[in-house]
Amino acid sequence: MARRATPEVNAGSMADIAFLLLIFFLVTTTIEKDKGIARQLPPKEPPTDEQVKIKEKNLFIVNVNRSDQLLVEEKLMELKDLREAAIAFLDNGGAASGTAEYCNYCKGKRNPESSDNPDKAVISVQNDRLTSYKMYIAVQNELVAAYNFLRDRESQRLYGWKFTEMTKTMDEGSFKGNEEDITSKLETIQKMFPQKLSEAEPKKSGQ
Amino acid sequence: MSKFKKKKSNELPPVSTASLPDIVFMLLFFFMVVTVLRDDNLLVQNILPKADQVEKLKKDRSVYIYAGKPSSRFVEKYGSEPKIQIGDNYTDITNIKFALTEARQKLRPELQDKVMVALKVDEKTNTGMVTDIKQELRDLNMLKIIYITTPGNEINE
Repeated sequence: MARRATPEVNAGSMADIAFLLLIFFLVTTTIEKDKGIARQLPPKEPPTDEQVKIKEKNLFIVNVNRSDQLLVEEKLMELKDLREAAIAFLDNGGAASGTAEYCNYCKGKRNPESSDNPDKAVISVQNDRLTSYKMYIAVQNELVAAYNFLRDRESQRLYGWKFTEMTKTMDEGSFKGNEEDITSKLETIQKMFPQKLSEAEPKKSGQ
Repeated sequence: MSKFKKKKSNELPPVSTASLPDIVFMLLFFFMVVTVLRDDNLLVQNILPKADQVEKLKKDRSVYIYAGKPSSRFVEKYGSEPKIQIGDNYTDITNIKFALTEARQKLRPELQDKVMVALKVDEKTNTGMVTDIKQELRDLNMLKIIYITTPGNEINE
């Protein structure tokens, strides 16, 4: 019986087909790169008569005007000095030693005229409606950086790793080990320097 | 003995291209995995501000809001005042609630409560517009927002 060999399928054009697909996907897709500054908005509540009192010394007022100039604690400031100023304010720990509000991990100047402890310290940002979004984000970024700096310092001292790096590995899910333990440690650090950024209603220009 | 001797040719054998499709397929799969389909058609100029203290966005539970001046090809039709875009359309500030509710319904049901609003706003826009959007979001009780930025720092420029 004559055996006829089946002819081989020509696979020479396979590469061309695959290249075509590859180019199609390259054109229609984008590499995932969305990152940003996360914020939690305050929930809408009916106005109450009760006023929360914050001592003036515990308030750090950052004012941005319509031409993107910074007024920090009633002094004109450059953007590059904002981070330092915010760190000095948060880390001040002005409450006298022995009182309940005393901050034993603060390394600031302990100036009684500035914030009592990081828990009490509130940073308030006031914008004009005509402030550019670029400046707004730059200010937010510097303030978050100040918090991150202090949190990093404390976690390095207590646990030997950096807060920001650990949150990053946890987010990526690449952390191996006792996750609950780390989560509670992260919360401890967050409680030491709680992010208290308040945002005032922006003023209309000229008011 | 000469039976086992191979015929020696002086020519170089041609390079085999048989594995080329495999290599290209590998590249193809790599790009399919790391990229996502572009889902929104940008109608506004969108140069994002720079920041370095950033967190990653969870894409499956986010709704995008774009804002900025209309792209150059739409300037004649819509003028050069900053506009808001949700999905593939321009949206008015009064209409934003409806558009957002609609966008939220497209997400997976179990994630609709954890929705995060990603704000992609052009750096030249006024903060006033962002504030208006935030007020609307508070009304809708969508409180988690994220300002999308590009890596970098304004100070080092």
